[in-house]
Amino acid sequence: MAEAQVRNFNINFGPQHPAAHGVLRLVLELDGEVVTRVDPHIGLLHRGTEKLIEHKTYLQAVPYFDRLDYVAPMNQEHAYALAVERLLGIEVPKRGQLIRVLYSEIGRLLSHLLNVTTQAMDVGALTPPLWGFEPREELMGFYERGCGARMHAAYVRPGGVHQDLPAQLLEDMWNWCDPFLKTLDDIEGLLTDNRIFKQRNVDIGVVDLDEAWAMGFSGVMVRGSGAKWDLRKSQPYECYDEMEFDIAIGKNGDCYDRYLIRMFEMHQSVRIIKQCLEMLGKETGPVSSTDGKVVPPKRGEMKRSMEALIHHFKLYTEGYKVPEGEIYAAVEAPKGEFGVYLVSDGTNKPYRCKIKAPGFAHLQALDYLCRGHMLADVAAVIGSIDIVFGEIDR
Amino acid sequence: MDETLSELGEFIELTLGDKVKSWSVAYGDLALNVSHDQIINVLRFLRDDARCGFVALVDICGVDWPAREKRFDVVYHLLSPVQNLRVRVKVQTDEATPVPSVISIFKGAEWFEREAYDMYGILFTGNPDLRRLLTDYGFDGFPLRKDFPLTGYVEVRYDDTKKRVVYEPVQLTQEFRSFDFLSPWEGTDYVLPGDEKASN
Repeated sequence: MAEAQVRNFNINFGPQHPAAHGVLRLVLELDGEVVTRVDPHIGLLHRGTEKLIEHKTYLQAVPYFDRLDYVAPMNQEHAYALAVERLLGIEVPKRGQLIRVLYSEIGRLLSHLLNVTTQAMDVGALTPPLWGFEPREELMGFYERGCGARMHAAYVRPGGVHQDLPAQLLEDMWNWCDPFLKTLDDIEGLLTDNRIFKQRNVDIGVVDLDEAWAMGFSGVMVRGSGAKWDLRKSQPYECYDEMEFDIAIGKNGDCYDRYLIRMFEMHQSVRIIKQCLEMLGKETGPVSSTDGKVVPPKRGEMKRSMEALIHHFKLYTEGYKVPEGEIYAAVEAPKGEFGVYLVSDGTNKPYRCKIKAPGFAHLQALDYLCRGHMLADVAAVIGSIDIVFGEIDR
Repeated sequence: MDETLSELGEFIELTLGDKVKSWSVAYGDLALNVSHDQIINVLRFLRDDARCGFVALVDICGVDWPAREKRFDVVYHLLSPVQNLRVRVKVQTDEATPVPSVISIFKGAEWFEREAYDMYGILFTGNPDLRRLLTDYGFDGFPLRKDFPLTGYVEVRYDDTKKRVVYEPVQLTQEFRSFDFLSPWEGTDYVLPGDEKASN
């Protein structure tokens, strides 16, 4: 047999590729169709968020967190709010906590719906995104009715949440839950036992648990590999310890397990949302801390009370001062552990605010996950590690 | 929670001796201060010891304190899923002194160290691929240093005559305004003339 001419290929994947889930440029080294090296080039969406936050007061820094993982904005704000609150030592009233948990779970649904359905699209199924984006749109409607913006909410603020929710909104959310579970079952029916979907995902991108920890994985990525680890359970924040929900743990650590976990988590999120709505029906009271030195007064109050007017003026010019110290606060965001490392020097601006984005560590491991797989599997792996460039590039 | 952390801190101090310069528990976080040549030993101990079990790397980042002699802090955050605890390890360094890379202990350290290099210019020895990560190709300077201006030095635009993107020095139509809102009557460290007599 004649000696075959073998040539190694270097190809550029992205930055404008629909399966790259954003502006990701991958430099792939291929041996035939087998991937031998992946070099992700990131930073195309780098906006210098951390630098900007250092030049803003604590309240002005909140909206930057919406623009990180823009498919689940409030979860990020939540981590930041927790960090500031722990430094200030203030408590959030129960109703505020419930609203935060409610919207965190809505964020989880937003993110998982996007991820699961677009992952299906990456491996060739077109129907799931069409079905999944409809409830997603309705969820963004709930965002809008809660805070006025479909995405960039600036709703979870240090001290609580910005404003109370109307009763009609809570009722509509309740009515939304059961039809959504039906849609979820439909999507599951399309994918879970689908032969093509399984062929593309089972045993692809397998991660061993020890490696997963050492590489800085979190969230679904470690649960898929068998870790019993969910910050909502192991280090509960807000009122998660009062909620009843289960977490799913994978066995194989492959793309398919991660898909199954995300589907399971969506069911659990609906469960938590329902519990929150029930408790919100009974729980009345303030939605944010009554400490006038941190939380600005409502407008009506400001028009009548001199003290409220002074607080308003001080908070929107100088802001509040946060005691000197450093803190790391984390939440279980849909994509994994989203953390904020805040260094305060006692002034009204953060001295340093490092944003620990889960996707950053996950994308780093792309080389490890894809090596030895076929070129087409790169798209499946990117889909299953759930990356969003807002949070990776910051 | 704080008691568990204090116990752990004492245990680490006892076992590691003078490898740990100091430790503290503040706001529910345990923090260790380590000299830069000991970082590998300390992290390896924290990962492998049964009472610690900090197998998960959470984050590595830099912090800039320009007034200090060793101006940078490199901050490592670790997580122990077994003990359900977190620890923060801090190392001080300056522009010239490299910090040993911890890739041999935590595989995921590579990008975090690249980011710290990119943002602060902190050098790491042993990192096989210490390229810039987040900034533009051919970027100059270290943007998160406190002496780097918020607006940066260059801006880009598409030049229609040259049919390509061009880099130009930043031109602001309005100067960047940094307001100092810290009120002057709080926390002054000087005494108004005459006031020294008023006390007592």
